[in-house]
Amino acid sequence: MQRLIGQLGELTLATLRDMGKMLTFLAYALYTVVRRPGRPVHILKQLHFIGAKSLFVICLTAAFTGMVLGLQGYYTLAKFGSEGMLGSAVALSLIRELGPVLTAFMVTGRAGSAITAEIGIMKITEQIDALKTMALEPFKYLVSPKIIAAVIAVPLLCGVFDVVGIFGGYVVGVKLLGVNPGTYFYEMEKSVVAKDVLSGFVKSVSFGLIISWVCCYKGYYAGHGAEGVSRATTAAVVMSSVLVLIWDYFLTSVLL
Amino acid sequence: MIKLVNVCKSFGSQTVLNNLCLEIPKGEITAIIGPSGEGKSILLKQLIGLQRPESGQVIVDGLDITRLGRSGLNRVREKFGMLFQNAALFDSLTVFENVAFPLEEKTRLTREQIRVKVHEALRHVGLGGVDHKYPDELSGGMKKRVGLARALLLDPQIILFDEPTTGLDPIIRRAIHQLIAETHRLFGYTAVIVSHEIPQIFDISHRVAMLFQGEIIEEGPTEEFRNSRHPVVRQFIDGSLDGPIQFLK
Repeated sequence: MQRLIGQLGELTLATLRDMGKMLTFLAYALYTVVRRPGRPVHILKQLHFIGAKSLFVICLTAAFTGMVLGLQGYYTLAKFGSEGMLGSAVALSLIRELGPVLTAFMVTGRAGSAITAEIGIMKITEQIDALKTMALEPFKYLVSPKIIAAVIAVPLLCGVFDVVGIFGGYVVGVKLLGVNPGTYFYEMEKSVVAKDVLSGFVKSVSFGLIISWVCCYKGYYAGHGAEGVSRATTAAVVMSSVLVLIWDYFLTSVLL
Repeated sequence: MIKLVNVCKSFGSQTVLNNLCLEIPKGEITAIIGPSGEGKSILLKQLIGLQRPESGQVIVDGLDITRLGRSGLNRVREKFGMLFQNAALFDSLTVFENVAFPLEEKTRLTREQIRVKVHEALRHVGLGGVDHKYPDELSGGMKKRVGLARALLLDPQIILFDEPTTGLDPIIRRAIHQLIAETHRLFGYTAVIVSHEIPQIFDISHRVAMLFQGEIIEEGPTEEFRNSRHPVVRQFIDGSLDGPIQFLK
């Protein structure tokens, strides 16, 4: 029994230590973002990598998400004779919830994992040490541009996701199932207010920060060898996704 | 110029450096030798603050770097250049970009001035026509030479070499040693070379120190060191299996 309590204590201490290390990393990363954001060319490179290169997968996911919402929404609303509300249902689901969350998942899978692997490999091959020996600050080159780029790119991608998703719902609802096109957009315009768009924007900005923070952190403290990097990459994707969902719940409860 | 005083470093229960003391004189080439796994690279990392000792002092130009914060440490690091064991080139940048990187980040030189300086540095290490190659397209010896060009570029006062010839064939090994001697003659930097290339390392070093079981067991001018009667040093220089160094522990 005493041993079990001891192990539990050790686990708690280790968890608290890890959390402290992560928060210190975030604090220093934000300090670097403000004080030494890095050269514009590095930020633009990351914007291209995280943003532009994620466009295809975002559009594809958004189109099918919108189409599924169109299908599901139509059959549910039809039970109450409210098919005309389809545009409103699709748009609100996407703008408030699915857009920011699914965009965050896609960016985590496509760019977040690559960020962890890149920084992890740089760590195990002493490239980060090489930066330090040149009296250059690794955070300025490796972390800061990625955080800035993610905070800019994720909301933009989320906007694209929302628009493509709404048209996905339109294709299924209007073209396949016969909902009146005017009603689809009229109901949408009537029900979506600025607060909905703002809450989606706030969520995606914070998701961008979470993804870049967790993925950079996991790479920076990757273990030894190829296995260490692969473990760090898996942990980064899992932790980013879970934190996005938890943070989403808290933000939703505040922003509703 | 560099002085280590009672430096201790351990990882868990394993003590790597145990009250280690060493002086590295200015403008000379000091070789640190010792069996594999004795902590030579760890010792080198203490000199530039990549790792901090648990206790003791690492004094560079009269300043104890173990007490310095990030910015203070960066100011001291301005004096250093380092060639890593695997060269540690940035693998997503070309040879030219790798060598130009410190200049682009730390100076206000124009593109043309950087181009001239990079080509000059590459010429010093005998490399031409590899500007657009990536590190994974280079041989081990070429990587080391690019690493040396990058380390030389900001005219450092001290250069640390972490096993600069490991894994290279004998001819390239000799070429790298010659390159170190030549660039040292040209630029007059202080060099610390971690190596177990015996006896070749004696040809270019002014002083030799041997690390064994966390301590410097023998240190002195190369010729004196070569004739040392210390049983550990003798066994290591002779490459004998019999003696105090137990290979199969």
